[in-house]
Amino acid sequence: MADYTTNELLACTAARVLEDRKAVFVGTGLPMIAGLLAQRLHAPNMLIVFEAGGIGPQVPVLPISVGDSRTIYRAIAASSMHEVMSMSQAGYLDFGFLGGAQIDMYGNLNTTVLGPHGSPKVRLPGSGGANDVGSLSHKTILIMRQDKRKFVQKLDFITTPGYLQGGNSRYEAGLPSGSGPFRVISQLAVFDFEPVSKRMRIFSVHPGVDVKTVLENSSFEILVPDEIRITQPPTKDELDMLQKIDPVGMVIAKR
Amino acid sequence: MLLQEGKGQLVGWHDPDENRKWVEANKPRDMTDKTMTAQEAVSKYVTDGSYLAMGGFGHVRVSMVMIYEMIRRRKKNLIMAGKTAVHDIDLLIGGGCVDRVEVAYAFAHELRGLSPGGRRAVESGRVKVVSEISNAGYQWRFLAAQMGLPFIPTRAMLGTDTLEKSSAKVIRDPFSGKPICLLPAAYPDVAVIHVPRCDKFGNCQIDGTMVEDFELARAARRLIISTEEIIPNDEIRSKPWLTKIPYFNVDAVVEQKYGSHPCQMPLEYFFDEEHIGEWLDLSKSDEGNQKYMDKYVYGTEDFADYIKLIGGEKKMKELVDVEHLRRPMTAPWLKNKGGE
Repeated sequence: MADYTTNELLACTAARVLEDRKAVFVGTGLPMIAGLLAQRLHAPNMLIVFEAGGIGPQVPVLPISVGDSRTIYRAIAASSMHEVMSMSQAGYLDFGFLGGAQIDMYGNLNTTVLGPHGSPKVRLPGSGGANDVGSLSHKTILIMRQDKRKFVQKLDFITTPGYLQGGNSRYEAGLPSGSGPFRVISQLAVFDFEPVSKRMRIFSVHPGVDVKTVLENSSFEILVPDEIRITQPPTKDELDMLQKIDPVGMVIAKR
Repeated sequence: MLLQEGKGQLVGWHDPDENRKWVEANKPRDMTDKTMTAQEAVSKYVTDGSYLAMGGFGHVRVSMVMIYEMIRRRKKNLIMAGKTAVHDIDLLIGGGCVDRVEVAYAFAHELRGLSPGGRRAVESGRVKVVSEISNAGYQWRFLAAQMGLPFIPTRAMLGTDTLEKSSAKVIRDPFSGKPICLLPAAYPDVAVIHVPRCDKFGNCQIDGTMVEDFELARAARRLIISTEEIIPNDEIRSKPWLTKIPYFNVDAVVEQKYGSHPCQMPLEYFFDEEHIGEWLDLSKSDEGNQKYMDKYVYGTEDFADYIKLIGGEKKMKELVDVEHLRRPMTAPWLKNKGGE
């Protein structure tokens, strides 16, 4: 077996999607770790933004909340939600990170409820900032555990827009032109979206995973490209840095 | 013109002219001493059935002193603004104060996981979700109210069930020709905001991020401020650019050092993870919930008494050290994390 955990693989893969000199909107947990990892390795000039108002911090240790004071440590501004959400609506935010309990083939997400809304089987937290990030960032990166119950044909509730019903429907609904899901990262593979239908497609499979396993762990049909790339495994530098970012092991297991 | 109407309950909206009249009659423009006890503030400004919004960020800079007092005074049938509601709504539901909520984010504790108590209340039907919204959407509802406008447009929420279950409406924007979401103004009956310092009139300074307290303070009809410290008016006037909330928005000032425990007070003290862990554990059952309330809320006379119970100055000094990165954080819930 490979010498890395699933969370380490997800964090490193997500970090590599981020580009230097761009702005990224991060939530707690893996997104924050991926953002910090990218900033400390290949993207030193990346701007990190938190929804409660932290802009451009040099985060010392992993925050528990997107509103806690670690998110303004040596920041360029401690602003407000109105300020950062307006930045996003005005087009300053390149990447946004999201996760969810369910995802469909168009990258729509559910974090609100399992079962009927009026009589929930499981009540989840709701949108939080997810709908805003999914609506307003130029590109969203979705990090999801993949299995048949999470990759579903039909969401119980569309909390956050992906490409809605596919094709041009996202923009016809009034969402910003050119915005939408960019990559989906699961424990098995990385996915992108076919440009016309906007359906989820394999981008690369992780080391040691075959295409059949990826397809079997979804309730909807995933598109398969002619050529299959293999995801690069985490490097030692990346794994070492992850230990420094999350020293107490909130998300990344201690080595 | 109208393309879509959300089916969620419209909470806290007033006709802008009606609200102007209310403000004219009920918000004095002169500076008067507004200091009072937590008990007085609750009995004066929190009535059963009110639409309540808590400042801060759910478990950051939350007025726990006022939350415990609302529970102690057995407030009932409150509608809560679930504008990133975390520890605040958890306790108010556990204390039997809240039975309806408009949800942007609720029933969870971010990295710590889902809230056992809040989820149980919603899944059993004891607490009803009356509408959904996003975080940006909620604070823009307050911005519309602050501006005295009936609504404010946004490009978020379109095309989703979040909008379908909200109180927003979609029209075609007459300028761009594109569909646009209109968020109705929200005027909470009462908002409670915890600040590091203010004067006795209610002129407040806030350290760290504002989250949405700038807008909320100006949107709410009644505003209770709890503060770590009351400072002289001279200090406010010597640095007026630091004033984030002016006195004329404020109805009550309650002084309470450590008033946000076990939540974080940015730049002052860290989360008390041990205490939050105890709550998360006890709130797994109705009996445990009752045990917590009996011990920490009904069993204490006031917040100062509660601070003694959780370990007093010694405990708070530790949390000050963690906040200032002089001591690493520890948390009971860490055991279950990072294992995969």
